[in-house]
Amino acid sequence: METLNFDLDKKRLREVNQFLHGDASGLNGKSVVIENPNGAHSIAVGLKSDVHVTIKGHAGYYAAGMNQLAKVTIEGSAGSGVAENMMSGTVHVKGFASNAAGATANGGLLVIDGDAGLRCAIALKGADVVVGGSVGSFSAFMAQAGNFVVLGDAGEGLGDSIYEAKVFVRGKVKSLGADCEIKTMDAESKKILTDLLVKSGHKDVSPDSFTQYGSARTLYHFHVDNAGAY
Amino acid sequence: MSHDNNKDVLHKTPQTKPRYSATFDEYTMSEIRRSAATGIYDIRGGGSKRKLPHFDDLLFLGASVSRYPLEGYREKCGTDVVLGARFAKKPIHLRTPVTIAGMSFGSLSGPAKEALGRGASAAGTSTTTGDGGMTQEERGHSTTLVYQYLPSRYGMNPDDLRKADAIEVVIGQGAKPGGGGMLLGQKITKRVAKMRCLPEGIDQRSSCRHPDWTGPDDLEIKINEIREITDWEKPIYVKIGATRPYFDVALAVKAGADVIVLDGMQGGTAATQEVFIEHVGIPILAAIRPAVKALQDLGMYRNGKNSVQLIVSGGIRNGADVAKAIALGADAVAIGTAALIALGDNDPHLEAEYQKLGTTAGAYDDWHEGKDPAGITTQDPELMKRIDPVKAGHRLANYIAVMTMEAQVVARACGKSHLHNLEPEDLVALTIEASAMAQVPLAGTNWIPGVTKF
Repeated sequence: METLNFDLDKKRLREVNQFLHGDASGLNGKSVVIENPNGAHSIAVGLKSDVHVTIKGHAGYYAAGMNQLAKVTIEGSAGSGVAENMMSGTVHVKGFASNAAGATANGGLLVIDGDAGLRCAIALKGADVVVGGSVGSFSAFMAQAGNFVVLGDAGEGLGDSIYEAKVFVRGKVKSLGADCEIKTMDAESKKILTDLLVKSGHKDVSPDSFTQYGSARTLYHFHVDNAGAY
Repeated sequence: MSHDNNKDVLHKTPQTKPRYSATFDEYTMSEIRRSAATGIYDIRGGGSKRKLPHFDDLLFLGASVSRYPLEGYREKCGTDVVLGARFAKKPIHLRTPVTIAGMSFGSLSGPAKEALGRGASAAGTSTTTGDGGMTQEERGHSTTLVYQYLPSRYGMNPDDLRKADAIEVVIGQGAKPGGGGMLLGQKITKRVAKMRCLPEGIDQRSSCRHPDWTGPDDLEIKINEIREITDWEKPIYVKIGATRPYFDVALAVKAGADVIVLDGMQGGTAATQEVFIEHVGIPILAAIRPAVKALQDLGMYRNGKNSVQLIVSGGIRNGADVAKAIALGADAVAIGTAALIALGDNDPHLEAEYQKLGTTAGAYDDWHEGKDPAGITTQDPELMKRIDPVKAGHRLANYIAVMTMEAQVVARACGKSHLHNLEPEDLVALTIEASAMAQVPLAGTNWIPGVTKF
């Protein structure tokens, strides 16, 4: 496999991103290594081909934002909004992720080995997000679709105003948000969880050690009795 | 009547006329009764319906002895506008400063969106998506399409982002600054639900804050991300609801906006709480001058390549409004409600049907219920057949052409060879309120309350 190296100490990020937006036929299957990221924002955003990008260090905000098809690995930690609005492909953060990781992501897989900050998987729209550590408060807020797996603990207000996304937490949940409740894990959900644990490098973790959460669907329609929840 | 009878009448205690309270007027009482019966606030579409200081309270000073006018029809009066040349490789070029404001597919029917695209394209202007994403009806029929980037991110995807001609980061809108979108179950049909990734038929409440950034410093990083994704090709607009225009504009410009869209409280919405529409935000008349001042203070006002353009909206109805908004400092305007009326919304020929809905043509605002007899604010497949996108688009193009020509009439009378040469000095105010808000003198005086002494 051909590997290309870009050093952000020597090359402007604009040129690197422009290269990564090139014709898919020239990028599919290629490996690109980005050195000295030093927390730069918007690294490898808007990718749309099956290119493998490795970021050798810490990334700033919105790393791999709106990703399509590409496989992006961040060998450090990621700032806010990593893989935000991802459509497909895979983003793997080997360190920690800051706030709003995987926000509004529609598809693909986001794997975070460490902890994630506030509002992880906020407004999730169909992607899979697996966090090896714990997640901060207000995670899965208004999550619409997709699957959100947390191997550690979750902070306050988990799944507030959640729609049809599935949430699986192995550790403690500080509190549930409005309209979020514990669900009985059915066979289909268990299969989803099992597959995600395998795909995200946690094949030895038992799906039975998780509790599933989802929407109680009481806020789907405006009603005077719910006034307190609005 | 005999003399004696008349005397008897005067001796009787006269009946006073029934008198309504100005405070508890008929509408207010009906709203109290509605609230008491339902236990939930009133939701409606449209913008503020109360009487507000507006462009009608301003007048132009035509040319006379001290200045000379331009000949109508013979001497050129330019109307073109360039938006977003600050950073974008492909700025927006429009033939008229009248643009179409953001309105979602979902709130509007597919044919209505198509009609907006057709009309705007024929008129040489842009149209704008809304909460819910980009449809083929709209992209296919719009020469210039602005793609809104909203807190909900419904239907947001990078392919459409790349298809757009400009991107509008929506912070808020005039009808509900500080509020999120709302689309009730009647309009969440299968197609709308799929585009928004929501269960069919639910009452959708969009978030009011963006999910992945907070505050102006983050906004700068977000704008940069969108530029990187789109390879710095497209102008980035930032839309704000008018509340604290000086500071909001200054911060949006600092964050990197190429164009500011400033929406006053008369600007419409598909649906929100009545209390929000009528009591939060300020009229557009009061917002333009502070916004322009912010651009001037930052050296970004009509300063060549280093300029940020200002689009204003909220109650723009005719060419006089366009000319007045531009004279106060706007580069362009946007119309929403007016465009829907041009398409056929609230048309008197549908009076019988409006009556059935408990309203009357011109007052219909329950757009969220999806029963629009004009086929515009609905997702009902039968109702939407009533709008012919070609004919409705043609009416919209006509209307924009009229507004543009009217603005030219006024500008030529003031001796201006381009609409953008209109200036506050061409205006006076009819009321003290309008004078203070628009910062132009009260007609016949040199007085601007808050600026000069009476």
